[in-house]
This record gives sequence, C-alpha cells and structure tokens, in this order.
Amino acid sequence: MTSLTPRAEPVASRKALAAASRTGHASARIKKKATSPVASAIAVLLAVVWTIPTFGLLVSSFRPEAAIKTTGWWTFFSDPQLTLDNYQAALSTDTQSGLGSFFINSFVITIPAVIIPICLAALAAYAFAWIDFRGRDFLFVLVFSLQIVPLQVALLPLLTMYVKAGLAGTFWTLWLSHSAFALPLAIFILHNFMTEIPKSLIEAARVDGAGHVKIFYRIMLPLMTPALAAFGIFQFLWVWNDLLVALTFASDNTVQPMTVALANLSGTRGTAWELLSAGAFISIIVPVAVFISLQRYFVRGLLAGGLKG
Amino acid sequence: MDTSVKILTMLLAILLFVAVVGVMLFIASRAERKGAQFVAYVFLLPSILMLSVGLLYPAVKTIYASFFDAAGNAFIGLGNYHTIFTSSDEITVLRNTVLWVVVTPFVATAIGLVYAILVEGAKAEALAKAMIFLPMAISMVAASIIWKFVYEFRPDQPGVKQIGLLNQVLVWLGGSPQQWILNAPWNTFFLIVVMIWIQAGFAMTILSASIKAIPDDVIEAARLDGVNALGMFRFVTLPMIRPSVIVVLTTIAIGTLKVFDVVRTMTGGNFDTNVVANEFYTQSFRASNAGLGSALAVLLFILVVPIVVYNIRQLRASESR
Amino acid sequence: MSNIRSRRRLAAVSGGLGLALVLAACASSTPSDNSKAAGSAECAAYKVYGDLSGKSISVYTGIVTPEDKPYMDSYKPFETCTGAKVNYVGDKAFETQILVRAKAGNPPDIAIVPQPGLLQQLVATGAAKAAPQAVADNVDKFWGADWKAYGSAGGKFYAAPSGASVKSMVWYSPKEFKDKGYAIPTTLAELKTLSDTIAATGKKPWCAGIGSGEATGWPVTDWMEDFMLRLSGPDVYDQWVTHKIAFNSAAPTAALDAVGAFLKNDKYVNGGLGDVKSIASTTFQDGGLPILQGTCSLHRQASFYASNFPKGTKVAEDGDVFAFYLPGVQAADHPVLGGGEFNLAFADRPEVQAFQTYLSTDTWANNKAKISSDVTGGGWITANKGLDVANLVNPIDKLSASILQDPKTVFRFDGSDMMPAAVGSNAFWKQATAWIIGQSTKDTVDKIEAAWPKS
Repeated sequence: MTSLTPRAEPVASRKALAAASRTGHASARIKKKATSPVASAIAVLLAVVWTIPTFGLLVSSFRPEAAIKTTGWWTFFSDPQLTLDNYQAALSTDTQSGLGSFFINSFVITIPAVIIPICLAALAAYAFAWIDFRGRDFLFVLVFSLQIVPLQVALLPLLTMYVKAGLAGTFWTLWLSHSAFALPLAIFILHNFMTEIPKSLIEAARVDGAGHVKIFYRIMLPLMTPALAAFGIFQFLWVWNDLLVALTFASDNTVQPMTVALANLSGTRGTAWELLSAGAFISIIVPVAVFISLQRYFVRGLLAGGLKG
Repeated sequence: MDTSVKILTMLLAILLFVAVVGVMLFIASRAERKGAQFVAYVFLLPSILMLSVGLLYPAVKTIYASFFDAAGNAFIGLGNYHTIFTSSDEITVLRNTVLWVVVTPFVATAIGLVYAILVEGAKAEALAKAMIFLPMAISMVAASIIWKFVYEFRPDQPGVKQIGLLNQVLVWLGGSPQQWILNAPWNTFFLIVVMIWIQAGFAMTILSASIKAIPDDVIEAARLDGVNALGMFRFVTLPMIRPSVIVVLTTIAIGTLKVFDVVRTMTGGNFDTNVVANEFYTQSFRASNAGLGSALAVLLFILVVPIVVYNIRQLRASESR
Repeated sequence: MSNIRSRRRLAAVSGGLGLALVLAACASSTPSDNSKAAGSAECAAYKVYGDLSGKSISVYTGIVTPEDKPYMDSYKPFETCTGAKVNYVGDKAFETQILVRAKAGNPPDIAIVPQPGLLQQLVATGAAKAAPQAVADNVDKFWGADWKAYGSAGGKFYAAPSGASVKSMVWYSPKEFKDKGYAIPTTLAELKTLSDTIAATGKKPWCAGIGSGEATGWPVTDWMEDFMLRLSGPDVYDQWVTHKIAFNSAAPTAALDAVGAFLKNDKYVNGGLGDVKSIASTTFQDGGLPILQGTCSLHRQASFYASNFPKGTKVAEDGDVFAFYLPGVQAADHPVLGGGEFNLAFADRPEVQAFQTYLSTDTWANNKAKISSDVTGGGWITANKGLDVANLVNPIDKLSASILQDPKTVFRFDGSDMMPAAVGSNAFWKQATAWIIGQSTKDTVDKIEAAWPKS
C-alpha cells in the first residue's frame, strides 16, 4: 500500500525487524509532542467513561438483590451493603451439573476453534499475498465478501449436514463451525499483515532457491507468529463469548459452554439482575486474563506485521 | 462425558488437525516443481472447502430462498424486496441501518485512534489500554446488563430512586429523568453508543500497534522540519497508518452491519430502533417468514458491496506500488 | 414419597391405563417384570410401562431454573420403576432452537411446547410423531375436547397437555382493599368504578409492564384477548383467532379500545412506574411489584406472576398480595383466558411412548403438583381433571385450578399463541408496543391485519 518510506534493502529491513522485536522500539517519539496536560486529561476522561459502566456492574454484583432493584449502584458508596450471595447462587446452579463443567466445555470448544482457523487462514493468506495464480483476485474478493454472510443463514444447513454425518451434539460441530465462520476475517486481516512484510525478503529467499512451502514456515511463520497470536486473542474472545453458534449446535448439555449456562441463569421468569451480574463477571475473568497476559505479545505481533508501515 | 475424556478428545482433534496440515505441506512441497500455482491451490484448498460448505452454500441458498414466499413453496419474484422497500416499518429499518453503519465505524475508529496516540508511551500505557479494551472481552449478555444500569428509567416521584446512571446524573444536575431507549430517533444513537463502546477497543489495539511501527527516521525527519503535534498527526502518523485505518474501518463496518444482539437485547427492535440484521433474525426465526428473512440477508450482502469495492481499489493500488 | 391417597389413585388409574398400554407395548417389546423395583408398592402403577432399563429419553424445553427441578423430580418415580433414564435440557432459546433442530433432523425425543401455533409449525416440519392410543385415551379421560384440539394438527392428535396457567387474573393488595373498604369487582363495570374510585384519591390504580426482550408487548396481547373474550364472546373470539374475521374489523378494534381505556388512560397508569409510556420500558416481571410498595393497586397478569414477588411475600387471600378473577361483562359470565404446554414427541420408540403416556396420566399430574409445592412453593397447575386440588399448597394455585375445573368456566387458549407466527409472535407484539407509546388503535389493528400471512 502507499508508503512514505523508500523500500528498504533486505539487510536494513532485517536489522529493523530485529531492533523492533528486541527493544520495545523507540516509542518515545510521537507522544513526546502529544503529551500535554490537555491530552492527558482527555485520555483519563475517555478511560473513565469507558470503564464506569463495567465498574457499575462489578459493584452491582456484590450488592443484595433488593438493593440492586431499588437503588443505583453508586448508592453503595454512601450505604455499603456487601454480599457474596450472588456469586454463591450463580456458581451453585444445582439443577444442572454446575458452572464448573460448562467452564471446561468453554475451553474445550475455544482452543481448537482458535488454532484451526488461524493455521488455515495463514496458509490461505500467504497464497493470496505472495503466490501468483489464476483466479487470485476473484477468489480473494469472494472470501472477503463472505464476511457479510450472517451466521444465522448457515446454522440450519450446517446442522442438517452434521446430523447426516453423525456429528450432531459433539464438539466437532462447534470446532468446524467456528473455524469456517472465522476464516473470512482471519484471511482478510492476516493477508493485510503479510503484504506489509517487505517483498525483498521473499524475493531474496526465492533467489536462494527456496520454495513457497519453505518460505512459509522458515520466514513467514516466524515473522507472523506474533501477528497470528494477536488475531488468536480476538478469535479467542469471539468464540469464548459466542452464544448463537453454541445454542444451535451444543444441543446436549455435556458440551454446552458457559455462555449458554449464563443465558439460562436468570431463570424462567425473574429478571435476576443480581445473578446475571455475578455470572457475567465470572465469564469475563478468562478473556481479561488472556488479554492482559498476552498484551505485550499482542502489540509486538501487530508491530512485526506492520513493520513497513 | 468425563472431563478427562473431553480434554482427550480435544487433544486428539488438535493432533489430527496438525497431521492434516503436515500432509498438506508435504503435498505442497512435492507440487512445488509443477509450479507455484499448485502450491497456492493446496494452501487454499482447506479454507475454500470449509468456506464453501460453511458459508458460500448457505449464502447461495439464501439468495435463492429470497425469491420465494414465507413457507418457501411459491416463487414470488421480487415480492419480498418489494415488501422491504414499501412497508413503512421496513423503511425505518433501512434508515436505521444506514445510520449505524455510517456512524459506528468512524466514531469508534476516531476514538480508538485518538486514544492510541494519547496513551502512546504513557506511564501506565498497558493499564490504560486494558481499560478501553475491556468491553471487547465482555459477552453481549453481560453488556446488555451493563447498559441497563446506565439507561434504566425510573419516574421522578418521591421515594423512587434512579438506578440508571445517566438519569441519576441528569437528576443531580437538576433535570428530570428521560426514557433514553424509548424516544425515537435519539434512542438509536444511544444504542449505537453501546456498539462504539465495544468496538473502540478493537480500533485502539490495532492502530496503536501500527503507530508503534512507524520508523524512527521518519519521525526524526519531521521533527527536524519543525512539525508540531497536530502536523505530525496530519502529515506523518495518519498517512503512515492509513492501511491499518482502512482495515479497522472495514472490519467495524461489516461487524456493524451484522449487529443484531445489541438491538435485540436492549429494545427487541421496538421503538423505531430496528436494523436489518435484527429484522432478518426476527423474520427468519420468529415470524417464520423464510422468504422475507432471506431477502433481508441478501440486502446485507448488497449493502456491503461499496465496502468491498473500496477495499479492492485499495488492494489494486497497493499491488501497483 | 407417595402418601396413601395418591397410592389409591395410582391403583385406580393403572387398571384403565394398562389396557391401553398393552396394545402399545405389545407392538414392540413384551413387558417383562424383572425390573428391580417392580415388587414395591410405589411401582405398581408403573408396571404397565415394562422394563426400560438402559433406555434413555431426551426432553427439551424452555423451562429453566428454578422450575426445571420439579420437572426432573417428577420424572424420578418413572425412572426408578422402569429403569429408563430421562435427560432434561432446559434452554431459554427453546422456541427458535426447536424449529431449527426439527428441520435439521436433530429433534429431541420429547419437546415441551408452550404454544399451539408452534406445535402446528413443528408438525409441519414432518418430524413430529402422532401420539400413541394410550395417550389419546388419557387425554379423552382427563381433559376437555378443547384441550385435545390444541394438541392436534391436521385432524391428527399429537400432544397431550402438560401444565396450564390462568391468565384472567388481577393482582391486588388484600390489606389495602380491607383498609379502604374496596370490594372485589364482579363485573367489568364494577372494575371500572373501582379504578375511578382509587384514581379519585390521587393514586394511579393500575400498574403494568410489557418489556420482555424480543417478546416485548405480549402482556398487551393478553389484555386484548381477555377483553375480546369478554366483550364479544367465545364464538367471535374463535373467529378472530382463526382469522375468519379481520383483525381490523369492529370487534377487535372495540376490544383494543376497551383495553386503552385502562392502559392508555393517564389517570389510571402507571402506578409507581411513571407515565403511560413507561409501560413499554418496564419489564413484565417488574410490572406488578409497585403493589407491594403501595404505589399501585391493580395489576392484570397470569397466575404464574406469583413467583415474581420477592421471597417472603405472602401470596394469599389474607396476605400481602393476591389475585381476583378478571370479571366478565355480567357477573354470571365466566370466560377464562389461559395458556399451557404440550408434550410433543419426535420419536416413537417404546420407551418414549411409555414416558409420553406417563406424562398424560393423573399420576404424573399429582406427582408434579406435590413436588412443585415442596420445591418451589407451588406455581404449577394443570387442566388435568385428575389433579387433586388438595395437592396444591399455594392459595393462588388452588384458585386457578378451581377456576379451570369449574364447569361454568368458558376456557379459551391465549389467542396470540395460536395465530400464525408472523402475527402471534411478531406483528401483534410489535404493534401492541407501538400502540402503548402512542400509535392509534386504527393504525395498530390495520398493521397487524396487513401482517397476516396470505393464503
């Protein structure tokens, strides 16, 4: 894409790569100019505005049912009433097998549903970005446009196929469906990163006699690994929080994820905000932990992909 | 099913998948001699296969079904499309969808970009980013409760306390509480706020990474030329991260077109807040009108065409660089 | 578990039941008597089902916590005596998912379907199985012909009724009525007078909430059905439901206007919750709670609303809240609007048919009533005439069950549950909601009429 920098020599770009991944890169550059009291104030304001709604839910999850229904969560600070009942109630859904097994199911569903589409998308994105073949543009546009297909139209045809294949009610239905649904966006985003890797790098390897397979796993994969991990986090969040796909395919409660259990938590008739807020926080913990622990990796990953700018 | 059995199944599935990919790479390396084309086809085969079965086939089926009546028996030509463009309720749905897809991507991207620049290199950068990113990690069920505690309305009566934050703030400032999600057309904007709240984190994360990737020499050169902060943003940062901005705008725009759970959980599509994706869901799954539902889905495909075209032109431009 | 009375009942039933079941059981497997618990007295009534050890039956329903537990518990006698295993899955998204599953060929063995309209759709997928003769015989014995018709499609009988609810109820505070000297109204005119009397004290007499996520608006449809039934009588009501008269004809328009005299009357609503519009933004669960705070006096909602009052609320004629029957135009009229669930089978394996049969007996009805009383304090009734009202502990359940069993009662099923999905679970809800926040009655009935599928 349009770029201000003149194309770097392979050596130079490799150096830049190494530098970028070694040090935290010279990020002291732009902000030096931008950091002013006004800028900081705006940043803090935005952060507070963004967090307050969630904070309200956190506070609510520790308040007794009657208090939640009659007063605002901020009343907590003038009249602190604290209870763990909501969490206890949410965790001990004795009628089913408890949230614990749903928790395990969420992991069992999510991990392959992240690994499979990312590997396949990386291969496809490489082909689109670096191999010249007939029908490339057409196929790429097609894949790209498939992003808009609402998942709902795919549910019935897929379930019909799973039933015929004898897969209905197993984890396979969820793994395969999530993988297929993730592919268009994964290919689109990974393709974007791949095209930003200096062409000279690939060309040099070609001159050395390396085939595409070799380039893919010797050069591209190491360069892309962080970017793959980065997309992996997003895919993790989407699958972890998915309710729609799980509702259709996880018809048996031995494979249902957390989200399904949470959706049914409030029961048939009550609004049960107290249970829902506690349940929501239980389900937030994992994605937030994943994000925080992988954040550095995440930034570096996109950085490697966006090296050329 | 036992927990250990589940985990074992998962590990087996992953192993199986790794084996399949291994075989593919092997075949691809053998095909290398026949020409790069074949490598490309092998690389693409699994993705294309899954996409054809998982998305393309249902999409084609949907287009076909959109020309049939509610039960899917009688061919009615463009009848469903006629309904969409003539019924007053459906026109409201179209208007709202346009509003969503125009406002959400730009505002979310702008906020994400401004925030990324503001916290760049700040002391608590990681924490600051996590705060904006948090909504991305929250499921829709949770988000709808979160926003209930913001927009909830309680009447202005003695003994009745507000439980929605926005109305409480209004009352503190001496105003009277409002029915935020009831009064059209502003209620649509209050729903859009929720989507922006979710998507800004996505924009911020990707754009922040792009900003960090801008080479030092470019910044230094600009600085030596005496460019100020605003100029730096206008003439250096923005042009350098333009490709990422387009990716972010595109992704959010498509996500917004497909959004239905924000509307469904907060208003159920009532009070003139309905959007195409939710109406599609309602017609297909609740009103049993497969024909009209499919036509609405096809409308989504059509609405995305301008975005696809724009992206292709960008792609062409980048290839001829 | 079972006391003497129910045991007598079990024995009495098994005679008639056995005959019917032998036919069903003979066709596939010979009933064996080696079931482990077969000897005990509790299992005498279940002997007819044969030995079903190792067999399992899946049940799929929209009934989730806390009401799922009494269901699962009520299956236990069947499980222990026959050896079959019942796998119960509750899912709030049942109503959309069951259609997807039926169409895709992945239905459960038995679905508990809450609407006759949905039942028709499910039968139309071709996946449902007609009920065995034993079930039909039980339904003939324990239910009226109207209930059997709700469980039938295309002239074939499919599903026996399960639970039921009485919708024509008005919640009030017995204490307030006593203190102020209000009398329970026995005609619609008296109800109106009572509302005016309360309004004259400066209090908004009625409170309502119609919010229910994507189903927002359904409580208004119940109001309209109740008034349709009262003002125009059961025959016109039936014509309206089956679209023999148009939705925007005179009778339905008058019924909606009559509802408007209550729900869109800013002197009457919305006690403790705001203005007329606040009805649309209040969830139906919260709609009647102001009665407890004393900011509202009357709330029209079904018998099941009892479970929405916070724990510790005494629901009784002399308690914190109770309900009276929404009267007819004349005191002698006894029209009742209600709802219910149906057990629809998608498999005809012997164990599934045996279980279906069990669910259609008075044995199950009484088991379920007792267990519900123990576990959730009631909140469950059935129109099964074999139900012993003494098994209900909750006063509101007793009242509802006696209304259902009263021979004077003219029962009609919730009309929106029987209309085509495009109306009954979309346009009717949507337009009713728009009507609350300002749309005129004429526009409302016109738009619903326009949404009626043409065929």
